[in-house]
Order: sequence, then C-alpha cells, then structure tokens
Amino acid sequence: MKYTIQIVGVGGQGVLLASNVLGTAAMNAGHRVMMSEVHGMAQRGGSVLSTVRFGDEVYSPLEAEGGADLILGFEPAETVRSLHLGNGSSSIVMNLDPVLPSMVAAGFDEYPDVGSLVEAVRSVNPNVVTLDATKLAIEAGKAVAANAVMIGAVAAMKDIPLTRDQLRDALIASVPEKFRDLNLKAFDLGFMAIQN
Amino acid sequence: MSDLLSDGGRRLLLGNEAIVRGLFEAGAGFASTYPGTPSSEIGNLLEALSADAGMYFEFSDNEKVAMEVSAAAASAGVRSFVFMKHVGLNVAADPMMTLAYSGVRAGMLILTADDPSAHSSQNEQDNRFYAKLSLLPMVEPSTPMEAKAMVPEAYRISEELGLPVIFRTTTRVNHARAPVEFGQRAEPRTKGHFDRDFVRFVNIPANARVNRKRLLQLNERALEMSESSSLNFVEGEGDVGVITSGVSYTYVKEALKGVSILKLGFTHPVPERMVADFVRGKKSIIVVEELDPYLEDEVLRICAQNGLSVPVFGKRSGHLPYAWEYSPDTLKGVADIAEVTEFREPMPQPDIKLPARPPTLCAGCPHRGIFAATKRAVGNRDVVYCSDIGCYTLGGSPPFNEADFIICMGGGAGAAGGFAQTTDQLPIAFMGDSTFFHSGVNPLINALFNDHKIVMVVLDNRTTAMTGHQPNPGTGREFGGITTEPLDIEAIARGVGAKFVRTVDPYDVKAATEVMKEAIEYDGVAVVISKQACPLELKKRRMLAARTCEVDQELCIQCFNCLRTIACPALIKRDGLVETDPTQCIGCGMCANVCPKHAIGVKK
Repeated sequence: MKYTIQIVGVGGQGVLLASNVLGTAAMNAGHRVMMSEVHGMAQRGGSVLSTVRFGDEVYSPLEAEGGADLILGFEPAETVRSLHLGNGSSSIVMNLDPVLPSMVAAGFDEYPDVGSLVEAVRSVNPNVVTLDATKLAIEAGKAVAANAVMIGAVAAMKDIPLTRDQLRDALIASVPEKFRDLNLKAFDLGFMAIQN
Repeated sequence: MSDLLSDGGRRLLLGNEAIVRGLFEAGAGFASTYPGTPSSEIGNLLEALSADAGMYFEFSDNEKVAMEVSAAAASAGVRSFVFMKHVGLNVAADPMMTLAYSGVRAGMLILTADDPSAHSSQNEQDNRFYAKLSLLPMVEPSTPMEAKAMVPEAYRISEELGLPVIFRTTTRVNHARAPVEFGQRAEPRTKGHFDRDFVRFVNIPANARVNRKRLLQLNERALEMSESSSLNFVEGEGDVGVITSGVSYTYVKEALKGVSILKLGFTHPVPERMVADFVRGKKSIIVVEELDPYLEDEVLRICAQNGLSVPVFGKRSGHLPYAWEYSPDTLKGVADIAEVTEFREPMPQPDIKLPARPPTLCAGCPHRGIFAATKRAVGNRDVVYCSDIGCYTLGGSPPFNEADFIICMGGGAGAAGGFAQTTDQLPIAFMGDSTFFHSGVNPLINALFNDHKIVMVVLDNRTTAMTGHQPNPGTGREFGGITTEPLDIEAIARGVGAKFVRTVDPYDVKAATEVMKEAIEYDGVAVVISKQACPLELKKRRMLAARTCEVDQELCIQCFNCLRTIACPALIKRDGLVETDPTQCIGCGMCANVCPKHAIGVKK
C-alpha cells in the first residue's frame, strides 16, 4: 500500500503544520512515512507544496506527477495550478477562500472568479469536494484554525487509510492546551462539511 | 524542538533535525556555520539547543571563517561540525583544500547542502567534486534516518583517517521528513589542547610537499575503508544493475523493478573493487544520480580499468538529465533498459488563466522603502543595479526592477567597482547587513583603494532574514550563554575610509530619496545604510507595535502612487479604490509617506 497527499497553498497558510499533523497520524498508525517540505524563499508569499506519503512501499519523499491520491488545496488558484500532481481518480479537497497574490491586490493582475476555478477542477476530476475553511474556522472561534478544518475534511474522505481518531489525536497533540477546544471544533466542522 | 534532547523513542524529523540529533548522539563538541538554505534549520536548532546539549555553536561571519574555527577545534582534539549550503563551500574551499593536508586530531565533518533545481540558490553546482578535488572522504545519506545514523559513522571514519569528512546532502534530504529512531546522547568534549607538529600543521612549501604525499597515502586507506564500509551495500537481484546514492536511491526503490541495486553511502573514494564485482556479469548498468555524472564517470573508469564491457547508461548515454532535481518519474528515461513502475496519467491543465504567485517582499518590508527611494532618486540616469543574496533579491521584481546583476554573496559591490571602471553607467550595489559582514567590507575597501565611483546601499534589517532570522555581527550575539555588543556598520564604513556615509530610515521614503540623490551626486564612494528592523523578526520577538494604516477615501484622489511605488501586499485595489488589509498591514506608514494628499493615516 502507498498513499500520497499533496498539500498546496500559499506561504503563511499553515501548509507545513497540516502536513506535520498528517505525517504524525500516519506514523502513529504504524506506517512508513516520507515527507517533503518547501522551506526558504518560497515562504515569502509564494506557492508552497508539501508532500506526505505513507505505506509499506514508500521510500521516496517526492511523488511522481499524477501520483497524488489526495490533493489538499488550501487555496483555490493553487489547487488548480497543482492539478498535474494528481490524476482523474485522485480525491481533491478544495478550500474556496482565495489569498490574492500581491500583484492582484495591487490591481496589476486578475484573480479568476472562484466558481470558475471550481468548474475548472470539475472539468478534469469528478471527485472534488469544496469547503470554506476560513468561514468554518471563524465559526469555530478563530480564522487561524482553518488548518484544523482542512484536517477534519481529510478525515471525512472515504478512501484515506487513516481513521478520524488517528487524525484528531495527531492534531490535538500538535496544538497548545489552550487552543485544543478551538481546534477540535474546527476539526469537527471540517469533517461534517465534507460528510454532508 | 527540545524533543531533540531527549533519549529513546521515535520522532518525525526533518532531515536537518535528524542531523542535529546525530550530532548529539556523536558527542560533537563544536559547530559553526554561515546560514544558507537548505542547511539553515541546523543553525536555528543549534542556536536554541547547543547550550543544553553541552556543546559550543557559533554563527561565523562567513563560511571561510566557519571552516577555520571548526578546523582549529578538531585540530585541538574537539569533535567539530561545520555546515553550509553548496555555494558556501566555494567561500570555504580555500581553508578546506589545505586543511586536507594537515588533517585533524578529532573528528570533523564538513556538511555541504546542495540544492538541485536551485530552490533557494543562485546555481545548482554538484559539490561531490570537492571531495575529489580535496581528496577528502565523503558520505551521502539518502533519508533523514540515514542522515542521523551517518553522523557518528562519519566521525568514526574521520578519526580513523585523521581527515575531515565531507557530509553531502541535498534539499530533498535536508527538507525531507520521516520517522527517526533515537539512541543515547553522548557527552561532548568541548576543550582540547593543540599539540604542535610543525610539518603537519605549517604548510610552507617544504612541508606541503610532504603532506601531499601523506594525503595520497591516506586516500589509499580511505579507499579500503570504502570497500568494506557498511554504508555501501547491494540489494535486490537482477541482471540489470543500478548504482546510485543520496535521495536518488529512494527514487530507484520506488520506480524500478527487478533490478539489483548498489547503494553507495561512502562515495569518495568510490569503492573500486565493489563496483567492478557488481558490474561483472550484469547485462547492463544504470547510474542514477542528480546533477553531474560523478558516479557514472567513476563507474566508466572502473569498467575500463577492469576490462569490463558492460554498457553503462545514465547521463552520458542521454537517458537521464543533468539539470534539475530528480523524482521517481525521472526514471521513465531508462524504460527501455529496466522495468519501470507504471505511473498514473496526470490531469490535464484546465484552460483558465491563473495569476502568477512569485515570492514577494513582505507587507511593511523596509526594503520596499529604500527601493522606492532609490528609483525616485535615480530618475532617468543610466544605472546598473548590482544586487546580492538575500530577501532584497526580490527587489528585482516589478514594480522595482532593481536587480541587474547577481552572482554571489558580496558579489554585487565587487562587480559595481568593475562597472564603474568600464562603463559610464552608475553602479548601485545593494547588500544586506549580514552580507556586509560576510563579504561586503572587502569590495568597499577595494572601491576606496581603486577610486571606483559606486553607491553602496546596506539594507540593514537587523537580522539575517531570508534564511530564517539568524543573528549576525550587526545584531550582536545573545545565545548559548554568550552576549556580545552589535558591531556598527556606519563606524566600520567610516573606519575603512569612506567619507560619504549616511544612515536613513527607509520608512521615511521622502527623506531617504533626498539622501540617495546626494549619494548619486557624490564624487566618490557613497555608503547609504537603510536601517529598519525586519517586521517578521519583530513579530517573532513580539516587539511589533499594534498599528495599521487606513485610507481616508474623502482625501484619496485615486492616483495609486502608493500602489505603484511601494506595492505593499497590504494595499488592495478594490472597485477603483485603495484600501489597506488590516490582517497584513503593520502600520509602517511607507504608503502614507508617499501619498501626495496625506490621505493615509497610521492608527494605533
């Protein structure tokens, strides 16, 4: 068995944190784990990618193009940009909350309508599920918990070889005591958003 | 992070964290570096943990000095570790080449973190050739687990030979993360004694000639160690043989089926008998390695010397690329020689235009202010922007476009002198505070000595920002129980003889523009220090005051001067109006400073 999650987003969104939680859950479940992270220059507002791979046949920290079992998209445009990482039967979780590149914010470039980004993904993959992680995180108590919402969403995916408890435990172990309730709530909201 | 100090158990570690743990388990007593990605996290971890681990650690002011202090430690009997990114070893190559002649008395590791695909570098050079060039032994781990385990083993090799060992990693080892088993920490020895040995440690010509022969003899022993090392092993069976090392080994394991693999962890000297024995009887050989055909050429030589006519495939045969990092699918290139795993068809890219998202200077980054001021002061003059290595490299992007020439650390100011002499253009050199101490003072002295008319702008943001906020001589040191005073860049510039030295606040773009105009007009070497702390660093230290800028829409005339000149990510153009994004804005006031109508205010 091998399972690959490609986590894509923008520097500062918590992609590294989420990949750590997923990797820890896989390790605690007794899997071999190999991950690859982007550090350095790209973190200054650029696109970031983190790879989490687990299973008894996993050796490489990188996955081949097309090889993702799950694309976890923290940002809509980055999800579309990263489609080549997966194939027609990959699962895709797509957060609908855009982070505008600075040239867009400054009015020198345009950001596509989010609906058209979702359509673009649907045109090549029927399995995409969407959620507004930031909105759910605010509902849970704080926008920074969008991370936990996304992990909750992963837990609701049918074919992932990790259980809801394994993912929740790894998440809770990674946050300070005083943010546990916030993260638990965000996790559950993410889980329910996908399950319903 | 502090988990790295506890014994036993299994943790999910970044390659760089695993290497730090390896140092603790090997009892390394001394470590030094100049920060550089992909090795940077090692320094941040040692800054935080070295004192508790009972070892000494320093950020040296450049890689050459880092090499020299570690060389001395190991010569005095203290196990040392010097680490840097691949291009850092170019800076440190001078001491390393002759250190190989002297050798060391306690183990010494020289970690070079290479960066195939140049994720955060100016080139993708293959530093394995430094092992051949210096005749030093080299090891290469493939994964975080191996990286940890190889540290004590490399010290053993180093001490058995009395030579430093090159510990070569690549980005996908440093920044891979995997479960790592912990052993026991060893007690580090941090003090030794340097015992004189005139021939060995004083490389005057007469002694160097002796030491050269000694080094060649040690290489024969190193070869024997490589032949029998447990770091080199064969696994799997098949008449197609694959020879590989480093992270490429993991790609081979996943992508190729039915092959026999010779996995090399001790890669200089390459074990000749082992390679010959492996090749003998095979139908074909594939060599899988990133960047240059270092192993492949060794294999071809060994085949030639042993009369083996087995075909060798790889880069020389055109099957595998020289450029950029590999991944499992790179091995599609050898599909006509070995059985390759089936890869799934990637989704096609839908036809929708996506906005580019290059890395950018942060909201409120003071570099924005000095770039804006410089652009205004320059006007229509024909200038050459000689930039350097650091966050300010991003000043090469729109709307600033202030990078015309970048080669290496400190290289901008050096090149500025050459442009000043050979063109009628005005060279303006940008460098950071850490770069100034690394290799910026020498080109300043050179410009003064040779009368090159240059403007040198030191972007002093009070930290080494790009690599993750390490201290530098300009900030002073406050860790590991050692406190030192910051060195003053202005005083140093004046001290070496610069007459025009001015310090500006880049947040006051107007005032900075006036100073830049004076610097440009000045007939001689002009030094401008743009001094303002990195907001990310202030945020980390919880020293960032809670302020934001707000646009008064009554006063705003939509001239968009703020957007065009500062282009701060916290400024947003929405429905024809400029607004600030309170989640990003730090209230630095740069945009307010350039607003002609005073329509932007700073609120506490």
